[in-house]
Amino acid sequence: MAKGIREIRRSIKSTKNTRQITKAMKMVAAAKLRRNQEKAEAARPYADKIQEVISSIASGNTGSKHPMLQSRPVKKTGYIVITSDRGLAGGYNANMLRAVVNTIAEKHKSKDEYGIFVIGRKGRDFFRKRNYSVMEEVTGLPASPSFGDIKKIAGAAVQMFADEQIDELYLCYNKFQSAISQIPTVKRLLPLEAPESTNDRKMNYEYEPSSEEVLADLLPKYAETLVYSALLEAKASEEGSRMTAMGNATDNATDMINRYTLIYNRARQAAITQEISEIVAGANAQA
Amino acid sequence: MSKMTVEVVTPERVVYSGQAEMVIARGVVGDLGILPNHMPLVSPLKTAPVRIKTEGEKEVKMAVSGGFMEVRGDKVTILAETAELPGDIDVERAQAAKGRAEKRLSEKYPDLDFQRAERALQRAMARLDVTK
Repeated sequence: MAKGIREIRRSIKSTKNTRQITKAMKMVAAAKLRRNQEKAEAARPYADKIQEVISSIASGNTGSKHPMLQSRPVKKTGYIVITSDRGLAGGYNANMLRAVVNTIAEKHKSKDEYGIFVIGRKGRDFFRKRNYSVMEEVTGLPASPSFGDIKKIAGAAVQMFADEQIDELYLCYNKFQSAISQIPTVKRLLPLEAPESTNDRKMNYEYEPSSEEVLADLLPKYAETLVYSALLEAKASEEGSRMTAMGNATDNATDMINRYTLIYNRARQAAITQEISEIVAGANAQA
Repeated sequence: MSKMTVEVVTPERVVYSGQAEMVIARGVVGDLGILPNHMPLVSPLKTAPVRIKTEGEKEVKMAVSGGFMEVRGDKVTILAETAELPGDIDVERAQAAKGRAEKRLSEKYPDLDFQRAERALQRAMARLDVTK
C-alpha cells in the first residue's frame, strides 16, 4: 500500500469538502442561469420594437444615407469582447479569447489596425498581459447587469464608429445554445445591416422632426441594445458553462471518493488480517 | 371616452402597460398630446415627465430619459433607456443630483463636460417633477 491508512482518510475528507463546494457552486450557477434567461426574455420587447421602427423607416425611404448603415473602407476595426469576471467556468473564457485572438491574427498585421473594448476581468487581464491594444474596459459587472452598466462602453464604441475612428465594429460573445453548449461568436455589429423589413404591417408614420433625424436618434440606441442583449446572452452562457463545469467536478470528486474508500477498506482489512495472524502465531508459539 | 393601449418599455422590462385616455409627452420639437386614433407617429422624447391619463382625473406620471414614442392606431409605445414611476424614485438622491449638477453648471470649469451636467440636471428635474 502506497499510503498509510491515515493519509487515505485525510484525502477522502478533503475530497468531500471539495465536492461540497463544487456542488454548491453548481446550484448557484443554475439559479443564476435561470434569472439571466428571464432577464434576456424581458429585454426582448424593447429590441424587437426598435428593430420594427427602424425597418419601417428604412423600407420607407430607400435612400437612407445614415453613416451607420454604410460600409466604408476599413482602416481600423473595433472589437467588443465579453468575458467573465470570475473563473471556474470551464472553457468559457478560454474559448472566447482564442476565437478573438485567431480573428485578430488573421485579419490584422499591426496593433494600429484594431482596438478592443473588453468587458470582464478575465479578458482584460488576458489582453493586457499580451499587449493587445485595449481601448476601453468594464469589469465588476453584477451577475444580472442592467442597461446602465454597459451604456458607457457600448456608447463609447458606437461613438467612435460615428466619429470614424473605427470603421467596423465586431461583437464577440458566447452565444447561448443550451446549458451545456455555448458557441464563441464573432459578429459584425457596425455598420448595421438594415433590419429586414416586415412587409405585412407597413405603416405610414409621421416623423417628428423628420425621418432622417429619427433614424439618427434610433440607430445608436439600436446598436447599444444589441450589445446589451449580447451581454445578457453571454451572462447566461457563463452560468451555463459554470454549471456544467461544476457538475463535472462534482462527479469526478464522487468517483475519487469511491476509489479512496475502496483503497481505505482494503488497507484496513489487511491490517486486521495481519494483526490476527500475529496473535495466532504468538499463541501457537506458546502452546 | 375611447381608450388606447399604452406601453412603456425599457431594455430591462416593461414598466407600464395599460389603458389610457390621453398621453402627454415632451417630444424633441415640443409637447405632444396623444389621444386615441392619433395618426401614426414616431418621435424621440426629451428627458422629461410623461403623463398618462388613465381615466377622468386619474393619471400616472413617469420620469423618462433617452426615449422615443411610437403611436399606431390605438396603441402608444414608449421605448426609453430609463422610465421610473414615482414609487421607484429616491427623492433625496434626485435632489442631491440636482444640486450637484447646478453647482457644476454655475462654476464654469474650463474642462466641464457641459452636456453631461446638463443631462444630469434634466434627469434630476424630471424625477423631482414626477414625485411632486
